[in-house]
Amino acid sequence: MCAYSYPQLIPLLSQFEFMIKTTIISTVFFLYTLFSFGQNEGRSIPDVTVKKLDNSSFQTSEITNDGNPIIISFWATWCSPCKRELNAIAEDFEDWVDETGVKLVAISIDDARNMHKVKPYADGQGWEYDVYIDANADFKRAMNVNNVPHTFLIDGNGHIVWQHNSYAPGDEDELYELVEKLSKGESID
Amino acid sequence: MFVKQPYLSAIVFIFSSSFLWAQEGSLDGLEIHGNFEVYAQTYNEDSIIGAPNVPEKSGVNAFGNFIATKGAFTAGVRIEAYLPPVQGFSNNYGTQPVGAPYRFAQFAKGKFDITVGNFYEQFGNGMILRSYEERALGLDNAFDGLRIKVKPIPGLYIKGIVGNQRFYWQKSTGYVRAIDGEIAINELIESLAESKLRFTLGASFVSKYEAAGLKNFEYPENVASWAGRGQINYGGFSLLGEYVYKFNDPNSDNHYIYRPGKGVLLSATYSQKGFGINITAKSIDNMHFRANRDAQLNDLFINYLPALTRQHTYNLATTLYPYATQPAGEIGIQVDIIYKIKKGSLLGGKYGTTIQGNVAIINSLDTQQISSPSDLDSEDYLPSDPSREGYKANLWTFGDKIYYRDYNIEVDRKFSKKIKLKTSYIYFVANTDISQGTALGKNIHAHIGVLDGLFKVTRKHSIRTEIQHMWTEQDQGNWAFAMIEYGYSPHWFVTILNQYNYGNPTKALRVNYPTAQLAYINGANRVSLAYGRQRAGIFCVGGVCRPVPAANGVTVSLTSSF
Repeated sequence: MCAYSYPQLIPLLSQFEFMIKTTIISTVFFLYTLFSFGQNEGRSIPDVTVKKLDNSSFQTSEITNDGNPIIISFWATWCSPCKRELNAIAEDFEDWVDETGVKLVAISIDDARNMHKVKPYADGQGWEYDVYIDANADFKRAMNVNNVPHTFLIDGNGHIVWQHNSYAPGDEDELYELVEKLSKGESID
Repeated sequence: MFVKQPYLSAIVFIFSSSFLWAQEGSLDGLEIHGNFEVYAQTYNEDSIIGAPNVPEKSGVNAFGNFIATKGAFTAGVRIEAYLPPVQGFSNNYGTQPVGAPYRFAQFAKGKFDITVGNFYEQFGNGMILRSYEERALGLDNAFDGLRIKVKPIPGLYIKGIVGNQRFYWQKSTGYVRAIDGEIAINELIESLAESKLRFTLGASFVSKYEAAGLKNFEYPENVASWAGRGQINYGGFSLLGEYVYKFNDPNSDNHYIYRPGKGVLLSATYSQKGFGINITAKSIDNMHFRANRDAQLNDLFINYLPALTRQHTYNLATTLYPYATQPAGEIGIQVDIIYKIKKGSLLGGKYGTTIQGNVAIINSLDTQQISSPSDLDSEDYLPSDPSREGYKANLWTFGDKIYYRDYNIEVDRKFSKKIKLKTSYIYFVANTDISQGTALGKNIHAHIGVLDGLFKVTRKHSIRTEIQHMWTEQDQGNWAFAMIEYGYSPHWFVTILNQYNYGNPTKALRVNYPTAQLAYINGANRVSLAYGRQRAGIFCVGGVCRPVPAANGVTVSLTSSF
C-alpha cells in the first residue's frame, strides 16, 4: 500500500523544502565560522566553576599538571560504561603515573539526586583521581560534551589535543599509548 | 532567501560579536567550538506494543551549539530543529520547526562574570532554583535575562539573576528574580586554609512575579521563597543540610491553596579507601514552584526536587516501575553503601571484589485534610475562607502510605584479565498509582535478578552479555531480558537484545521486544543505527547511556563535538 496519499504529500513537500533550506543555511553558517577563523591547534580548558568533594568551589582553569599530560573524563554514578572505563584505568593507574606523570581529572555530571554518592563511590573504588562535581553541567556544556563517557587528553601546554566519546574495553590501552607519546613530547595525530 | 526570524537574529548575533572582536584588530585566540546532536526515528504501527500509526512516519530532533570564545568574552547560540518532534517529546516543540531558542553573551574576568541572554543556574541542591537542559527528556527551562556573579573577597560567592524561563518556543509569563550567597569559611579565614575541618554556608532568596489571572479570587502576584544550607567536612566525614521555605503560592498543582511550601534535605557521608556510606533523608511539602502558576507536567519548574532512589541502569529496573518525585509531598530516606574487598584476600580474589548495597524508603507525608480537593476546585468556594490552607502536615513524620521501596545489592568481581562478572538483585515495592498515575489500588512487588558478564577476548575485542529477569505477580507479570554486545575498540559496537514479557496474564500480550544496533565511534563523533522495538527509559548500549521513548522502527543517532 502507498505510504502517502496525495493531500498528505503537499505539507510533506513544503516541509522538505524547509528542511533543505535550513540545512543549506546551517551548513553555510558552519563552514563560514570554521574556515574564516581557521582551526586552532587545540582549545585550552575553559574556565568554569565546579565543586570539590568538600563542596567548595573550584575553577577549571586551575586544572594543571606541571607540563605533564592530563586526562579529563566526564562520568556519572549512573553510567555503567563510565565506571567500567574509570575502574579499568584505576587498575594500572599507579604505573601510568610513574611512567608518564599523567593526572586524571574525573568530572562527575551527577546532579543533586546522586552527587552525594560521588565521594563514597570514588573512595570506595580507591580512585587516585582528582574528582569534581559539575552538578548543573556548566563544564559539560563548555567542553561540548553530548553524552558520557567522554574523555579528553590535554597536552603539557594545556591544549585539548584528543577526545573520545563512549567506552569499549580496550580503549584504555589506546589512551595510554597517547599519554605516553605526549609525555615524551611527541605529537599525536 | 527565506530565513526564519529567530534563526536570522542568531546568525546576526554571532557574526556581529565576531566582527566586534575583529575590529579590535586581532582574531588571535578566538576559538569556535560546539557540538551537534541528531536523533531520528521512523515509526511502524505496532498495536500489540501500543506503538500508534504515526501519520508523519518519522521524527527528527536536531541540535547544534556554536560557541565563540576570546579571552574574557564568550558568545553562543543553539539552533534546534524538530522536523517534526520525535514521538514522546512535547508537541509544543512542533509549533516551530527550527529556531534558536538559546543564545547568550558572557563576559567573565577577575571578580565579575556577567551573562546576558540565556543561561542555566542552580542554587545549592536546586531545591529552590535550578534551570537545566535534559535534552533526552525534552526538558529545557533555561532563563532568558541577566545573571551577574561576583566574588568580592576570597571565599564569598554572590550570584544574582533576573529573567523569564523557556517554555518550548515561548517564555514564561512569570518573572524570576533571585539572589544566592555562599561562604567558604576556609577560604575566607586565612588561618583555616589548611584545616581538616571545612565549612561552607549558603543562603538563597527567590521571588516570582506573575500578574493575577481571571480566577475569582486574589492571587499573590509576588511569591517569595528562601533557603539556607550548610556543609561540614572533616577528613572522610561530611554532613550537609538544606532547608527551603516558600510563601503562599496558590497554583494548579495544589488546588490554589494558600499553604506555604517547605522542604528539607539532610545528608551524611563517611568514606575511606575501599569503603563509603551515604545516608540521605528528604521531606517535601507543597513544593511545586513554577514560573507560571498554571503550568503542567514538567513545564516551567523554578526548583528541582531530586528523587531519593538509586538511578538504576539495567533495562528492566529502569523502564518498568521507576520512581518520580512527588513535589506535593513525600518523605524518605536512602542508604547507599560501597565496600571493596581487598585484592588477594580469600573473598576478594586476585583482583578484588566490589559490593554495593542501596535501600530507599519513601512514604506519603503525615497529613490531615482540612478541605477536600473537590471542594477547593468548586467555583463557589470562598477564597478568603481560612480553611483554604487545604491540609495540615508535619514535615518530620512519615505518613502511612507507601510510595516506594527499593532494596538492591550488586557484586562485581574480576576473575581474570579476561573475565569480569557482575550480579545484582533488586526488590521494588512501587505504588504506581502515585508515581505513574495508574489506578491499580495496590502496590507492585517486583524482584529483579541480573547477570552481567564481560569477556575481553583480545586487547581490542570484547563481548558483554546481560541476562535479566523480573518476577512479579502484579501488572504485566514476569519479564526476561537477554543482550549480547560485541565491542571492537575504539570504533565499533554491535548489540542484539530482546525483552520478553512471557509472564503477561493476557496471552496475546506475551510480546518480544527485539532490537539490533550498530554503532561507530571516531573521536568525538558517534553514529548509531538501530532497528527494533523499544520501550521507554534510560537505556545503555554501545557504551553510552541515554533515555529513549517507546517505538517500533529505525533509530539513527548522531553526536559530534568540535
